[in-house]
Formats: sequence, C-alpha cells, structure tokens
Amino acid sequence: MTGALLQVRGLRAQYGSTKVLHGVDFEVGQGGITTILGANGAGKTTLLRAMCGMVTTQGEIAFGGTRIDGLATESIVRLGVAHVPDGRGTFLDFTVEENLRIGAYIRRDRDGVQADYERVYAYFPRLKERRRQQAGTLSGGEQQMLAVSRALMLKPKLLLLDEPSFGLAPLIVQELFDIFRTINRRDGVSMLLVEQNAALALRLADHAYLLETGRVVISGTADAIRGDESVRRSYLGY
Amino acid sequence: MDLLLHQALSGLATGGIYASVALALVMIYQATHLVNFAQGEMAMFSTYLAWSLMQAGVPYWGAFAITVVAAFVGGVLIERVVVQPVENSPILSLVIVFIGLLVIFNSVAGWIFTYTIKPFPSPFPEQPLFGNRYLSSHDMGSTAVTLVVLSLVFVFFRFTPLGLAMRAAAQNPVSSRLVGVRVGWMLALGWGLASAIGAVAGIMVAPVVFLEPNMMGGILLYAFAGALLGGIDSPGGAVLGGFIVGVLENVIGVYVGSELKLTMALVIIVGVLVVRPAGLFGKVHVARV
Repeated sequence: MTGALLQVRGLRAQYGSTKVLHGVDFEVGQGGITTILGANGAGKTTLLRAMCGMVTTQGEIAFGGTRIDGLATESIVRLGVAHVPDGRGTFLDFTVEENLRIGAYIRRDRDGVQADYERVYAYFPRLKERRRQQAGTLSGGEQQMLAVSRALMLKPKLLLLDEPSFGLAPLIVQELFDIFRTINRRDGVSMLLVEQNAALALRLADHAYLLETGRVVISGTADAIRGDESVRRSYLGY
Repeated sequence: MDLLLHQALSGLATGGIYASVALALVMIYQATHLVNFAQGEMAMFSTYLAWSLMQAGVPYWGAFAITVVAAFVGGVLIERVVVQPVENSPILSLVIVFIGLLVIFNSVAGWIFTYTIKPFPSPFPEQPLFGNRYLSSHDMGSTAVTLVVLSLVFVFFRFTPLGLAMRAAAQNPVSSRLVGVRVGWMLALGWGLASAIGAVAGIMVAPVVFLEPNMMGGILLYAFAGALLGGIDSPGGAVLGGFIVGVLENVIGVYVGSELKLTMALVIIVGVLVVRPAGLFGKVHVARV
C-alpha cells in the first residue's frame, strides 16, 4: 500500500491495568477502506478510540505523515479525522439541523458548508424531512444516518466507523453501506471500519485485519481474507 | 386592584434580578450539574469593582462596561484556575470549592471595603418615567437592562456557532470533542458569561438593597428558588421562574405580611415541585431501557 493515509505501528492501549491492545500494526490507504474484524472484546472499539486520542496509548500513529499519537481529540479532529462512535454520539436535545451545524463547527468556508448540507440531505432524504425534529426522537437507523452525516459535515479525510450496522434492520444496513461506498468513491473519503458483521465489511473494504484479544492475527486484501479458510469458518460461517 | 398591579409590576423589577442570577446558576448547572453557591458573592464583588471605578471618577456607564468585562475575565480565570483542576473530583469536593469561593469573596470584600453599608447610584432619573404612577424609574430602567441582557444571551446561544458549541459541550462533552469543540474552554466561557450576567444583576440591584458584602445572600436564595421553580436544567424556565418568584414575593409581602413572604414563596415553590419535580419547564428525563 503506497502513500498510506493512516499508519499505525506497535499500538498498545490499556484501561487501568487491563491491557487491551498488545502492539497492533495496520494502515489505511489514501482513498482506501480498511476494516478491522474481530469478535466482541477483541479491542476493536478501543483501537478506533485510540485513533482520535480518546484512550491513552503507546506506539506510533501517523496521519498524512504527521504523528498524531498523544494529541488531544479536538486537535486530531481538526486535522480531518471524523469519528462515528459506538452509541452514535448524537446530541439528543438538538434538532437534526443543529446536529449538522455543530458537525461543521470547525469549518470557516460558508459556501462549502452550505453545499455539504445539501450533499448529506441528498444521501439521507429522511433527515431533510426531519431537520427541525429533536434528534432524540429519531429511530435508531435515522440516528445512525445522522451520526454519519454529522461526521461528513466535518469534511473529513478519514472516517472512523464503529459498528455502523449495530442494531439496525438489514435493509437499512444495506442502504447505509451503499452510501459509504458512494462517499468513498465520489468524495474520496478514506475509511477505517470496525465491524462484527465480517461478510458485510469485507464487501466494502479493500484491506482487512483480523483482531483477536488485542493482536492482529491475519491481515491482507479483503479478497484474500474472504478466501482464508479459518476466517471463513469462524467469522463468515460457511 | 391598583395596589395589586403596583406590587406585581415592581415585583417584575426584582424578578428580573432573580431571573438573571437564576440564569447564571443554570448555565453552570447545565455544564457541571452543580449549583455555584459563589455566584451571588461573585456578583457582589463585581458591584464593588463598579463602585470603586465610580469613586475614582469613571462615569457610570463606563464603570458598568469595564465591570462587566472584568467579571467575564474573572469568571473565566476562576474556572481555569480553581474549578478545572477539581473537575473530576467527587461532588462533595466541588461543593466545598464553591462554598470556599463564597466565603473568600465575602471576607475579602469585607476586608477591602469594610462591612459598612454604602449607597450605590442609579443611572436612571429620580422622577418616574413617562409620568406613570406604578414604577420608579430605576425599576423600569433595571428591568429594561435585564431584558436586554437576557435577550442577548438568548440570541447568543440560539443563533451563533459559539453559542451552539457551548450548548453542545454542556450536553455531550465526548461528542463535542469529536466535532472539534474545545470543551474545556467552552466551560470556562460559560463561567465568564455567568459571572458577567451576575455583575449586571449586582449593579442593577445595588441601588435598591445598598452595597455591602452580604447584599446578594437573599437574592441568591430567591434566584435559586426561581431556577428550581422553572426547572434547573431549562434556561428559559429559570428566567421565567425568577420573574414569578419576584412577583410572588412582592404580592405576598403586601397581602399576607412581609414577615411571611419568604416562607410563603417557598411554600408555593415546594408545592409546584411536589407536583412537577423537574420544575414547571424542566425536562422530565426518560431513559429507554
């Protein structure tokens, strides 16, 4: 992978005395989609949180060639890293529109922001219908759409997605993943996707890493991983 | 009827002061889930600053402006220097810090300015405005100032990106960081704003209650009652609650007797809270299980 956008070397993380990641290496290519697969408790969410300074870590994290490990979350975000966290992180008391406005908080290009409102409303017309509605009253699927839209309003170079399919109906998941593909192709946004649904993730991603109890056990292109005997049996189930 | 109208209207004037202080309390409460007990003493200290500036020859509105700015900076500094380091401590430690601030401001003011009661000038004329029979011109003027301040605060939080970011930081700090909001500074700004609002309230009420280190004690109590009545997590509710308490206090003082006005006001507030624990306009928090 030449010209990696995100390059991680020897990443370690722990909560108190519980070690969660034991030296993880991975990359996200420029314009690429990398997925991290793994069972519950493998350290996927922690890994994603480590990317934007939400947990203390050791090891190297380079974004666009600059070291970002040890930076404050706000500073990493300002470099163009948007995180769609588990639980969606919606501002429940805000309207849909206010959620998008706060998403564009760091941007000063008014015209670009205006164009991006239209862009996310085009991706998710349902949000446009509900733009004056309080976000807490949205359904789970709509809240996930809102979380993705809020992240896009940042005009990110890299989108971190934490189990976007979690708790959603299959049809909505399909719609969401189709839009991820469009966002990646049309807007050139690179993605780091954490998923339990391996089949789904491997269809979207170009590279994949399999995480088991805080270590990468298998890595390669998505096609190669899909063909891997042990992955197929343990994670794809056929 | 005339008496009732008169009392209700002049109750609105004091209500405006309670509303301002209640709003300041709610702003800190939303971010920290704690009531800043020192809010009143901070306002009192700012009022002394305004008084000192006027003693030194600064014209009234100049002293007013300088004091409001200084109170804002002071509020920001207090958050950064005193509150921020104990942010993650147990609640009781924070309570002690707030009470400590109260005592410090009170005794430092007494030490510098003495406990002698001082008159404080009003910028408004002595003759009632527009020939009305109900309100003194200071009541009218201070109500107008209060309403302007409250409207400015409303517009700021509703329509400016910074106001939105401050609301976001109070509501969901983790998500706020993820959209690039510097949450720590938003909290400090909140303290600055609350302190500035308190300063305006102090300057406006000082001609009525006179200037002394304990001048804000009763006001803080009424403001707190107003905030609880309206809903401690609802800025608009707290403002309205402040006005309601001001009117109730005055009307009860006349019809029941001034000895009982604090008691009666509190009885009514407790009554409302029994029926609506979140306050008149407070959000009832429903958790999905």
